[in-house]
Amino acid sequence: MNIKVKIEGLYKNFKDNQVLRGIDLDLCEGEVVCIIGPSGSGKSTMLRCINLLETPSKGTITVDGFNITDKKADINKIRRNIGMVFQQFNLFPHLTVEENITMAPVDAKLMTKQEAIESAHKLLDRVGLLDKKDAYPQSLSGGQQQRVAIARALAMKPDVMLFDEPTSALDPEMVGEVLDVMKNLAKEGMTMVCVTHEMGFAREVANRVLFMDEGRIMEEGTPEEIFTNPKNERTRAFLSKVL
Amino acid sequence: MDFLRTLQEGTPLFLAGLKLTVSISVLAILIGMLIGFITCLCRISNNIILKAVSGIYVWIIRGTPMIVQAFIVYFGMPQLIQTFVPGFKIDSYTAGLITLSLNAGAYLSEVFRGGLMAIPKGQSEAARSLGLSKAKTMLKVVLPQAIKISIPSMVNQFIITIKDSSILSVIGLADLVNRAKVYVGSSYQFFATYTVVAVYYLVIISILMIISMYLEKRLSYEYKG
Repeated sequence: MNIKVKIEGLYKNFKDNQVLRGIDLDLCEGEVVCIIGPSGSGKSTMLRCINLLETPSKGTITVDGFNITDKKADINKIRRNIGMVFQQFNLFPHLTVEENITMAPVDAKLMTKQEAIESAHKLLDRVGLLDKKDAYPQSLSGGQQQRVAIARALAMKPDVMLFDEPTSALDPEMVGEVLDVMKNLAKEGMTMVCVTHEMGFAREVANRVLFMDEGRIMEEGTPEEIFTNPKNERTRAFLSKVL
Repeated sequence: MDFLRTLQEGTPLFLAGLKLTVSISVLAILIGMLIGFITCLCRISNNIILKAVSGIYVWIIRGTPMIVQAFIVYFGMPQLIQTFVPGFKIDSYTAGLITLSLNAGAYLSEVFRGGLMAIPKGQSEAARSLGLSKAKTMLKVVLPQAIKISIPSMVNQFIITIKDSSILSVIGLADLVNRAKVYVGSSYQFFATYTVVAVYYLVIISILMIISMYLEKRLSYEYKG
């Protein structure tokens, strides 16, 4: 399998606070990796390093063979290839659902306005929200907003999708609808990295589960290995608390 | 208290004053917005010099009364400049406009800064993650939202600018208040004259408030039918 994302020796400090202490990770094309671990373990920071929302202090990240940590790399171009979904949705409140989705592809000149609108309608249909295309985000439920956010990220036709605790800010009854969209995406072969607290989702959808603690990957394996037979003591301690 | 007489005799005078009050206020608001916007960008920039200069400007304007600023611009600056350019003069309108614009600019820069800081970081992160450049993110995502939430404070500053223009009568600007003073001097109709002047201000400011209410409504995020 092709390696899509390669992380080597990744360190990240915020002033004196060492958040990531040496991460090495290969991500294959079409692979779904879920990252679990206690809060403050560096999961989100690692994810945010992959599209350079955080600048790594040390180490290299390669996406599709391009070293994105190279200072000469065109950040904006790289990011177009990497979709990101945030915990807080971060839809643009001053734009309609449709405008939220069409803005970036038109700006990047990937599509004409008309093409972008057509593609937005297809994506909205896929996440079951075509009837909301003219609504403003504020009038949508959390689950609907997050589905729009996923559609917005997909509009750029990314190769990799990053999910940063996409269901953590949702009311419990809305978690399912967002996870369903993500499951379909995984089935279609999207390369995905999800930081999540949804152990059920990780178990069902992930090809690989990473357990992170104190800025390191403490253990990794298939969902089966991690959830039923964790080897690391910390993994066991963590899972006993959340399962 | 002869309102009828005051209105009959005073109206042409007051209208001329009103024209000046409105013209200097509108110009000062426009120039002030430009100054305020540039100052705001300087204050949030990473350039230490721009940051310091803009910070000092806002500090001085906010820390001194406008009447003193007007005296410095109208009486003080010409004296200083005359040592280099003999015979330099400034008229009261120009001096008043400079004072009022610098004042509005300083306060508006803080209004804009407050608006920009109120936009959650997640908004620009989302835009950047979609591949938008820093400038495009500012232009298409952050600014439209920041301007919208700044409108009430901006209008408040416009109102203050209109009212503060009356202070400029001390440097001889023939505005509404100054004309009223002139009329009172000859007619002794204190109550009627100043009541009429108050109504003039109330009317202009009410018009401004109606425009702002309309703008706020227009810009609210509601369902597009």
